[in-house]
Amino acid sequence: MNPVIEVTALHKTYGTGETEVHALRGVDLTVWSGEYLAIMGASGSGKSTLLNVLGCLDVPTRGTYKLDGIDVGDLNERQLSLVRNRKIGFVFQSYNLVPRTSALSNVELPLIYAGVGRRERRKRAVAALEMVGLADRSGHKPNQLSGGQQQRVALARALVTGPAMVLADEPTGNLDSESTDEVLAVFDRLNRIGRTIVMITHEDHVAGRAARTVRVSDGQIVEDTSRWHRTGALT
Amino acid sequence: MAQDGSPDVKTGEVLRFALRGLAANKLRSGLTTLGIMIGVAAVILLVAVGSGASASIEQSIAGLGTNVLTVSRAGGQGSTARPLTVEDAKALVDPLGAPDVKASSPVVSTPVTAVSGGTSYDVPQLIGTNPEYFSTSNSAVASGSLFTADDVSFGRKVLVLGPTTAQELFAGADPVGEQVLLDNIQFTVIGVLQSKGSSGLANADDTAIAPLTAVQNSLTGYGQVNQILVQSTSADSMSAAQAEITAILSARHRIAANQTPDFRVLSQEQLLATRTTATETFTVLLASVAAISLLVGGIGVTNIMLVTVTERIREIGIRKAIGATRGVILGQFLTEATLLSLFGGALGVAAGVVGSQFTIAGITPVVVPGSIFLAFGVSALIGLFFGSYPAGRAASLRPIEALRHD
Repeated sequence: MNPVIEVTALHKTYGTGETEVHALRGVDLTVWSGEYLAIMGASGSGKSTLLNVLGCLDVPTRGTYKLDGIDVGDLNERQLSLVRNRKIGFVFQSYNLVPRTSALSNVELPLIYAGVGRRERRKRAVAALEMVGLADRSGHKPNQLSGGQQQRVALARALVTGPAMVLADEPTGNLDSESTDEVLAVFDRLNRIGRTIVMITHEDHVAGRAARTVRVSDGQIVEDTSRWHRTGALT
Repeated sequence: MAQDGSPDVKTGEVLRFALRGLAANKLRSGLTTLGIMIGVAAVILLVAVGSGASASIEQSIAGLGTNVLTVSRAGGQGSTARPLTVEDAKALVDPLGAPDVKASSPVVSTPVTAVSGGTSYDVPQLIGTNPEYFSTSNSAVASGSLFTADDVSFGRKVLVLGPTTAQELFAGADPVGEQVLLDNIQFTVIGVLQSKGSSGLANADDTAIAPLTAVQNSLTGYGQVNQILVQSTSADSMSAAQAEITAILSARHRIAANQTPDFRVLSQEQLLATRTTATETFTVLLASVAAISLLVGGIGVTNIMLVTVTERIREIGIRKAIGATRGVILGQFLTEATLLSLFGGALGVAAGVVGSQFTIAGITPVVVPGSIFLAFGVSALIGLFFGSYPAGRAASLRPIEALRHD
């Protein structure tokens, strides 16, 4: 089995001289296909920077990142766009649906950018909305949906392209407990059918759903625990 | 590998994105469109006014009469050129020396103040001439009669009025037989001319014509004449007549063969050419004013697209995160800008063409088809040109920063 994520000695530095900030100081991480991983850490620990790099939204200062076997460091901006489109499904804390656009159109959006034809697009978007249990809301605009529903639409949009992994940044951060359970149930279902999920959270009960938990502190991974076998702290 | 595949986002999809973006803020899109519309309409309308002005000049010169040559003095006042005289005009009627000349009329003209009863009116030109002038200049009588060679010989103070002058002085009453004071000299109205139509810039109907001798005797003095109007025997003999006139006057004014004559003989076409140059300048002036308003409209497009991009930074971030390439984002915003200016251009063409149906400042505009295509094409280019900066800004946004934007 191939690793989906293979990160070696990853460094990320912002600014120069006096104001230099080391957000990541040598991160090594391997995530295998089908894993459900939670990344935890206090704010300022570097977990968001790690997520941005893993999501190909930001490039590391040093170190290598292989996503699904592709060395991302070699790619230009256009190729990075394509990698984001084909390999990664994003779920954000604030849903980030395109406003004034129906749920179905939002889910179709990544397929439009992938150049998928209209009929095929419609079919796949409807299937993705069915998977998150919102097939009956496909015509609703984001402002006509509850927070939990919006997040599930965002999830449908994330998985509609069949990405190598779903990358979620505090996906339940803005939700009440009932909506949180709905959304996490969808993540569970996705993982059961073999989807790789990487999720940032600071809530223990959310992280508890994941099979593996990684703790980040001061730009380094300080703990990597698996529910089935503890590997102990890594430095 | 997947990233090597070229995603081919359908043009139709980009168009839909753009239309949805414009529909999101209809008032703003409408106002921006208005800016372009005014610019395009101004170009079409003002060029139409300019060409309408030259068309009316053409018409007024054609109204001078057929086969007419105009002899005038060359050089400005104070030049050494010999003035044209009544004798010059008489010399041109010469069956031997000038077989192609049919008639020759000396013309003196001067502005006068006409008073009749309690009404005073400034006549822009009182013309003193002989009876041949009427047939040469295509002037026909509407009521009363024209003056005769006898009237000229005896210097009778009789007057033929243009229809506009007659209307101004007598307000619809029949002026024939009435007395008119021209600069305090009493004249008797004997006829009114038919209308030749207003030409916008110079009104051929706003005139008064009296016998040459009467005008010289009482108003201008027996000096030079302003011009000599010559009619050739036919359209084909125009250039022959022109050569004969030049020969006769050169001899009379003692101009050697290698000297520049002190007079000019111009046909209608030549007269037209000199006047056309003047109206072309006028048209260019109008068109540049219109072009400036189109430019202002274009800056409006840039302005509003910059606002739109700033407002939608987050949306741009989302689109980039889920895989929109730079090119697609650029295409979306360029399309929005181009649609704005194309809508504006189309409305502007409609407004310009409708506006050209009305008479503006006495000029009937003549729509130039070329100006429609030009204005419409330029408005499309304006969208591309003035939209490229905001669209480039949108396309080069970094997704993480865009997503972090509130």
